[in-house]
Amino acid sequence: MTTKVSTPERKSLHFQPRTPATTPGDKVVGAVSHTALTIWTLIVILPLVWTFMSSFKTSSEIFASPFALPGEWKLDNYVKAWSEAGIGSAFLNSVLVVAVALVIVMVLGAMCAYVLARYTFPGSRAIYYLMLAGLTFPIFLAMVPLFFVLKNMGLLNTLPGLILVYVGFALPFTVFFLFSFFKSLPHEITEAAALDGAGEWRTFFQVMLPMAKPGLASVAIFNFLGLWNQFLIPVSINAAGPRVLSQELAAFAGQMGYAVDYGALFAAVSVTVIPVLIVYIIFQRQLQGSVSQGTSK
Amino acid sequence: MTSVKTQQSRNDDGLAAVVPAKAPPQVIRRRRKPLTWDKVSFFAVFLGLPLAIYLLFVIWPFIQAFGYSLTDWSGFSPNQNFIGLENYVKIFTDDIFMKAMGNNILLVIFLPIITIILSLVLASLVTVGGSSKGQIKGLRNSSFYRVVSFFPYTIPAVAIGIMWGQIYDPSGGLLNGILTGLGMDQFKDFAWLGDKNTAMIATMFVIVWGFVGFYMVLFVAGIKGIPAELFEAARIDGAGRFRTAVSITIPLIRDNIQTAYIYMGILALDAFVYMAALNSGGGPDNSTLVMAQQLFFTAFSKGQFGLASAMGVVLAIATLIFSGLVFVVNRLTGGDKDVSL
Repeated sequence: MTTKVSTPERKSLHFQPRTPATTPGDKVVGAVSHTALTIWTLIVILPLVWTFMSSFKTSSEIFASPFALPGEWKLDNYVKAWSEAGIGSAFLNSVLVVAVALVIVMVLGAMCAYVLARYTFPGSRAIYYLMLAGLTFPIFLAMVPLFFVLKNMGLLNTLPGLILVYVGFALPFTVFFLFSFFKSLPHEITEAAALDGAGEWRTFFQVMLPMAKPGLASVAIFNFLGLWNQFLIPVSINAAGPRVLSQELAAFAGQMGYAVDYGALFAAVSVTVIPVLIVYIIFQRQLQGSVSQGTSK
Repeated sequence: MTSVKTQQSRNDDGLAAVVPAKAPPQVIRRRRKPLTWDKVSFFAVFLGLPLAIYLLFVIWPFIQAFGYSLTDWSGFSPNQNFIGLENYVKIFTDDIFMKAMGNNILLVIFLPIITIILSLVLASLVTVGGSSKGQIKGLRNSSFYRVVSFFPYTIPAVAIGIMWGQIYDPSGGLLNGILTGLGMDQFKDFAWLGDKNTAMIATMFVIVWGFVGFYMVLFVAGIKGIPAELFEAARIDGAGRFRTAVSITIPLIRDNIQTAYIYMGILALDAFVYMAALNSGGGPDNSTLVMAQQLFFTAFSKGQFGLASAMGVVLAIATLIFSGLVFVVNRLTGGDKDVSL
């Protein structure tokens, strides 16, 4: 599978208003497909809509009926969740940690994957398997020793410590996925760059990296989500530090057992869900573009 | 996966710049610049830096955990005595841990299969559900389904757990509201997570819900990577949609499926966040208790870090066995010898 740079006339294929004759069979298949996909779409969306709707209700309204619309569309629950429950500051911490870790891991991961994919040297297989091991071993196993590694470095319960650990644990995934991507890039281009006098650094940053853009975009999205959703790592090594979002949410839900305020709980969940969802919807178009560019035939 | 590549195919890649052993003659030409500063600094930064972070924060703790598992260390006390395999004996005679392991095995068997079949079906519908004439293309407006299906993957697992905990709520929850609304009154006040017969199934559904969209997108990308000529050729040869899916699509995205299977299996062996958020105590009769929960409890509530590390090692070995099994099964059933992710 080689990556082609899409040419204008190829791209236009997608937009050509061609309507070939449809057979009855096509219509049946189309209808069945749409029905099946619609059912799954409803299963996905209903819980989200319900959560969002409930976030405006008071606790007694929630208990009265799961379907009734809230009496008043007030933001009380959100104010409570954002400030009292600390979701606001946790949100900002999450943004900071994930953004920094993401940039670092994408650069380091791309570099490492590139070297492993395009050069053979003694130990390259071993390093590759080491990455594979990091991917398959459960994170749980590392948490207790990691706690003490960070403690010795003075990074326990700090955001820089959390960032470094995020980078470490996101690295194998990044390397693994970009490995195959760099491998699939044509060698002629590397040779051409070398003939034109580009060194190793220049070849990577000016030739290979731009060509790997579609792969980088997908991996970055998955890494972002993986880190944003990370729960175990912050709970274990950042328990007393500035909390990140998933940590704060769990803590909030934990308190709920005693003081039942379901409205605020739904609001907290909504605050967690909606911004990422919006970012995803915006970013989705670019991702889709890059994926279809990268794979269009 | 690429790791199963043979040495032969490796050389065929023309990458063998630094491999003198079986290298074809023209390779020697490319070794004309043995070690320049450019090359040395390149390798030092590109390989050294990521590897240093990786070794320090990932590999080193993993190795240490194996050491701790042989001690009676309680984490914060300075004294730790070497007690050999005593922790492991304790684990395997512990009924609760064995119950948790059984639950994990249940998850490993069902979660990947259900998730992959469902996402594969949806991905096929999206990509090849379109007209059987003319340009090979997907279902009309299919990107809408793809975008929506991916939603759950963007939601933190904790939030998913909390949300579904509310949906499954016996009295005020969405699910029982819908079911009783449809006239199924036997579900009124039915505690999905409180009944040991349904707790596990309900929990599994939540995890499937969270991941189908992700694998659907993965498979869609894989299917789009298949050259359209192949589909056209199959169509000209008279293959219908189903035949195309079984004979063309699935074999060609086999690697994606294997990857998905391994990831889903690893997730099933962990599953901590979902279980903790839905039934923090392990569920009725420990029916949703998983090893990771037991490990967390042993480590952070009881402070038995040695024992907890041993549980982690058991979990890790289970994961490795699982991954190995998937590899072997894929190879034996004719999986590509030269697989790249």
